[in-house]
Amino acid sequence: MTVGKDVSALFPDVVNCMQTDNLELKKLVYLYLMNYAKSQPDMAIMAVNTFVKDCEDPNPLIRALAVRTMGCIRVDKITEYLCEPLRKCLKDEDPYVRKTAAVCVAKLHDINAQLVEDQGFLDTLKDLISDSNPMVVANAVAALSEIAESHPSSNLLDLNPQSINKLLTALNECTEWGQIFILDCLANYTPKDDREAQSICERVTPRLSHANSAVVLSAVKVLMKFMEMLSKDLDYYGTLLKKLAPPLVTLLSAEPELQYVALRNINLIVQKRPEILKHEMKVFFVKYNDPIYVKLEKLDIMIRLASQANIAQVLAELKEYATEVDVDFVRKAVRAIGRCAIKVEQSAERCVSTLLDLIQTKVNYVVQEAIVVIKDIFRKYPNKYESVIATLCENLDSLDEPEARAAMIWIVGEYAERIDNADELLESFLEGFHDESTQVQLQLLTAIVKLFLKKPTETQELVQQVLSLATQDSDNPDLRDRGYIYWRLLSTDPVAAKEVVLAEKPLISEETDLIEPTLLDELICYIGTLASVYHKPPSAFVEGGRGVVHKSLPPRTASSESTESPETAPAGAPPGEQLDVIPTQGDLLGDLLNLDLGPPVSGPPLATSSVQMGAVDLLGSGLDSLMGDEPEGIGTPNFVSPPAAAAVPANLGAPMGSGLSDLFDLTSGVGTLSGSYVAPKAVWLPAMKAKGLEISGTFTRQVGSISMDLQLTNKALQVMTDFAIQFNRNSFGLAPAAPLQVHAPLSPNQTVEISLPLNTVGSVMKMEPLNNLQVAVKNNIDVFYFSTLYPLHILFVEDGKMDRQMFLATWKDIPNENEAQFQIRDCPLNAEAVSSRLQSSNIFTVAKRNVEGQDMLYQSLKLTNGIWVLAELRIQPGNPSFMLSLKCRAPEVSQHVYQAYETILKN
Amino acid sequence: MIHSLFLINSSGDIFLEKHWKSVVSRSVCDYFFEAQERATEAENVPPVISTPHHYLLSVYRHKIFFVAVIQTEVPPLFVIEFLHRVVDTFQDYFGVCSEPVIKDNVVVVYEVLEEMLDNGFPLATESNILKELIKPPTILRTVVNTITGSTNVGDQLPTGQLSVVPWRRTGVKYTNNEAYFDVIEEIDAIIDKSGSTITAEIQGVIDACVKLTGMPDLTLSFMNPRLLDDVSFHPCVRFKRWESERILSFIPPDGNFRLLSYHVSAQNLVAIPVYVKHNISFRDSSSLGRFEITVGPKQTMGKTIEGVTLSSQMPRGVLNMSLTPSQGTHTFDPVTKMLSWDVGKINPQKLPSLKGTMSLQAGASKPDENPTINLQFKIQQLAISGLKVNRLDMYGEKYKPFKGIKYMTKAGKFQVRT
Repeated sequence: MTVGKDVSALFPDVVNCMQTDNLELKKLVYLYLMNYAKSQPDMAIMAVNTFVKDCEDPNPLIRALAVRTMGCIRVDKITEYLCEPLRKCLKDEDPYVRKTAAVCVAKLHDINAQLVEDQGFLDTLKDLISDSNPMVVANAVAALSEIAESHPSSNLLDLNPQSINKLLTALNECTEWGQIFILDCLANYTPKDDREAQSICERVTPRLSHANSAVVLSAVKVLMKFMEMLSKDLDYYGTLLKKLAPPLVTLLSAEPELQYVALRNINLIVQKRPEILKHEMKVFFVKYNDPIYVKLEKLDIMIRLASQANIAQVLAELKEYATEVDVDFVRKAVRAIGRCAIKVEQSAERCVSTLLDLIQTKVNYVVQEAIVVIKDIFRKYPNKYESVIATLCENLDSLDEPEARAAMIWIVGEYAERIDNADELLESFLEGFHDESTQVQLQLLTAIVKLFLKKPTETQELVQQVLSLATQDSDNPDLRDRGYIYWRLLSTDPVAAKEVVLAEKPLISEETDLIEPTLLDELICYIGTLASVYHKPPSAFVEGGRGVVHKSLPPRTASSESTESPETAPAGAPPGEQLDVIPTQGDLLGDLLNLDLGPPVSGPPLATSSVQMGAVDLLGSGLDSLMGDEPEGIGTPNFVSPPAAAAVPANLGAPMGSGLSDLFDLTSGVGTLSGSYVAPKAVWLPAMKAKGLEISGTFTRQVGSISMDLQLTNKALQVMTDFAIQFNRNSFGLAPAAPLQVHAPLSPNQTVEISLPLNTVGSVMKMEPLNNLQVAVKNNIDVFYFSTLYPLHILFVEDGKMDRQMFLATWKDIPNENEAQFQIRDCPLNAEAVSSRLQSSNIFTVAKRNVEGQDMLYQSLKLTNGIWVLAELRIQPGNPSFMLSLKCRAPEVSQHVYQAYETILKN
Repeated sequence: MIHSLFLINSSGDIFLEKHWKSVVSRSVCDYFFEAQERATEAENVPPVISTPHHYLLSVYRHKIFFVAVIQTEVPPLFVIEFLHRVVDTFQDYFGVCSEPVIKDNVVVVYEVLEEMLDNGFPLATESNILKELIKPPTILRTVVNTITGSTNVGDQLPTGQLSVVPWRRTGVKYTNNEAYFDVIEEIDAIIDKSGSTITAEIQGVIDACVKLTGMPDLTLSFMNPRLLDDVSFHPCVRFKRWESERILSFIPPDGNFRLLSYHVSAQNLVAIPVYVKHNISFRDSSSLGRFEITVGPKQTMGKTIEGVTLSSQMPRGVLNMSLTPSQGTHTFDPVTKMLSWDVGKINPQKLPSLKGTMSLQAGASKPDENPTINLQFKIQQLAISGLKVNRLDMYGEKYKPFKGIKYMTKAGKFQVRT
């Protein structure tokens, strides 16, 4: 307002004008103060008096204005003086003042959080939730939500049925913005049973008819979340489903920006509950003047809703879109046709013919895109539509994009036996081999090898040429590796090569980009927020280290069911008996003499990766058998063994079956000989959920350090780079100790093994189950999430041996309620073997005793976070079932320690 | 909550910024400019942009980008709805919302923005209350202000904010008490090549202009309320009565407001009031193409179709067009390839047509895409969905108001594919 001039010099004069009765002047002075108080903090104190006085003005509007302005002055010295007037205003008789004061608490919290907590403003704010005036309630909720966001752990919005009732009442009467705050707050509540959920839903449903789309979407969020609790056979459930559709459709007739946000959310809703919008396909049809971001989203939803019933309509539309002007959109439309073919089997034929029609248009990018999707259709329906190959081949020359070229080459290689001039076609690609992108090179290599295996007689020269190009003239390690593998494979055992290279391929999944169900459930709780626009949980992108409370859909509970504790320990011996089991001190002393335990043995460092294969002569005479009738072809000049320097790296990728894989399997056997038990690798993230990245892995503990052994396999057709990994907060603070090092880009079909060192200094949050670990892996394609359960024994530390006195004292000290009993069945080991096996996993036997023919082992272990677990293991000779009693101050770990025992003893 | 607002014109200058919390540096807009550069047209700039520390939410209206900056997780629709409210308020205050007007009234703009948000929380967004706080500028008031030295800040306090009906100011007085309602329906439709309807839906609104003294309580009932698939109300409408009796009962705000918007979906049969016959053909060898369009009325319930305009984005290969309309005027811009034809009224006896040839780039193959025709039209005194207001009653006040209702049907996004 001052046209950019600095007028701070006038500060004292302006402050003098503050005590005026002229409202306009007062407002101007306030505005001035807000702008300049920061530059003149000492002078600003002069204004405090007037503020305090104005806060007691008879006119509520003046009081509110004063408290509002005071909160905007971001000067520490002033905030201290603000406390008293603010406290008074929070209890003001006039609702307008109270509602302004509620927002002021949030402002103050932003400036000085500690002050707000010390002064008890948070409690006053919580009281305002049950205020009689709806506007005050709404503002209190808004202020609390904002404060809670910077304090995720604090239980500020502690909702109970009474406060929920208050909120629902206020919901009907407050402004549209207030309704948004209240609805968002309601969404965080978990009703105790389905009846409560239904009654809340009934009271929220009218909000679907609000003119403000943000209110509508927030109401949708509450309903989507609480619907999870309702039984599907309930009449009300059906009514609710029907009520949800019209408002969502209406959102689509709003302005494009609103449409975009709505579409991103509808995308989630359609994945969670496709039944809501299954009849509304038409509203997602694209208008040609929609902005591009709306078009692309609509297209995505159209594919999700495509079904046998509406496929004809959808295809007609998609075909129409494929003739539009916008290149990106056209491409996506063509791709969508392919996805429809894969999704709705009955339509595949029609989709293929549509694609052929499009290829006939000869529009360059349409043809290329069509070829890429036809390749996918071939993968889904092998040997069904080969008749179109001829048409595809006609367009070979127009392909200039790597993806399309690679797809075409794949098709030629795959169906080499049915294409008469396959060798000529591939040869034509080979001419410019070095100018192709890696993707095409790899595909070309594979295709020619396939061709060779199918028609060995005519193509021998070609395969030699490509192998030498790939191995000798290429700088790309992926290409070289694949070249060597094929080379060796062909020269060692052509039959095996045939089995490997021409193996039956797994079918591709129907829907490639579905969101993982657990993530989807989480995102449903975030409908209407930025998280839903990005389809990522807030923890993945919210600023800074600020943790975010994970939300999850409520479980379905019927009102009649009583809650059952999930962990009921199997009924063991009656309490009286347990006392006998605890050794008296005297007994223990005697027994200790018998102990034959050495100091903790730590295993030798793991010798992994660099297993030198040396000059294993893989090149045998195998090739002869394949090319027996071609004497001059037996490759003395050409098939020289690859340069010796290029020893085969340990992490040879490529899915190989038969004999060859055994040779390379050496690595996996070595690690397990010493150290804690290592479970075999399990697939954590299947390729179909992660756009072709498959992750399998296990956890190990070696010499005090935990690591996560990962095996990354690229099952996609493009190279993967830029890997990174991140863990969500977990019960024991597990976190990567080093970044994920994948040195070279991961080419298609390549596998790499990585050992990721972990530490336990990350942030801690209790997970359910306790040993749940949520992992995010990023690469150049996308971010993927999975969760896995880690065995607890990787957390048992090396110094977990307790002094026996201490053991005794602690055992007595821990209350009996904390004792859990388990049975370990079918374990044929004797006490010695058990003890030594457990010791290698850092479960130490403190004492051993023989009572009535039973061996009693008293054991201790310590977790990385310092929790001690004491155990008593009763072994009856001849009886393969052991009794395990665990005592721990944190009884929730017992179950998992028991599982660790099971795993260690049984493997 | 909403941190800051930047107004940016289409050439990329930030001409106004307002911060409700601490100041966010202008440089945050660089991310926006990047996105703007990537998008070929202003309309295609994505509405949500993430930057390392902030999120930018933008709407594009009247050739101005309204960019809101937020720092924490705030519902994006909340922000976008608020930005729409800002645009509406500007339009309400200044008649038009454009860069020069905003620059001319920069003081009022700042005052209004200050009242609309408090610390990022919406404070007063109802135009009734805002106008009480800050009076909209008029020529007379500007003259008076220059002479007397007063400003537009109201010396009244916003009493409405304290009442239970925050949308209505108290003490309203009129000599002529009148209430007008406009039922306006827009047809969104896609018609395919052969003339059959692919999808059609109706977006309807009831806009009201109510100038009534005191605190009137109105009820409005429809002949056929079942037609409406989805309704959204102005906050003044009592939802309970709509649920139980399908009657709109409300205490109206003073002045202009949108009472109701509704939706009649594609599930119901939507009558299409016009048809377009077209014959656009390109030939592979020749550099001339034929072009012919005829427009005619279909289901109009005997009403005349007015204000018809057709526009179409012709393929890039079209160099020029030589056309003769049977009525109205037409233009073709050879640079943007936009053809538009202002038809006017349709006379059912003599259907308007536009015929002629297109000259194409010599030697080029025929264009891949088919032009889509965008249609605009208006039909007075007809709500195409068949919605009819039954009666309007007033309670709570003694006088007899003058009531009026008007119907109109318009084309929304009405597209004909060729």
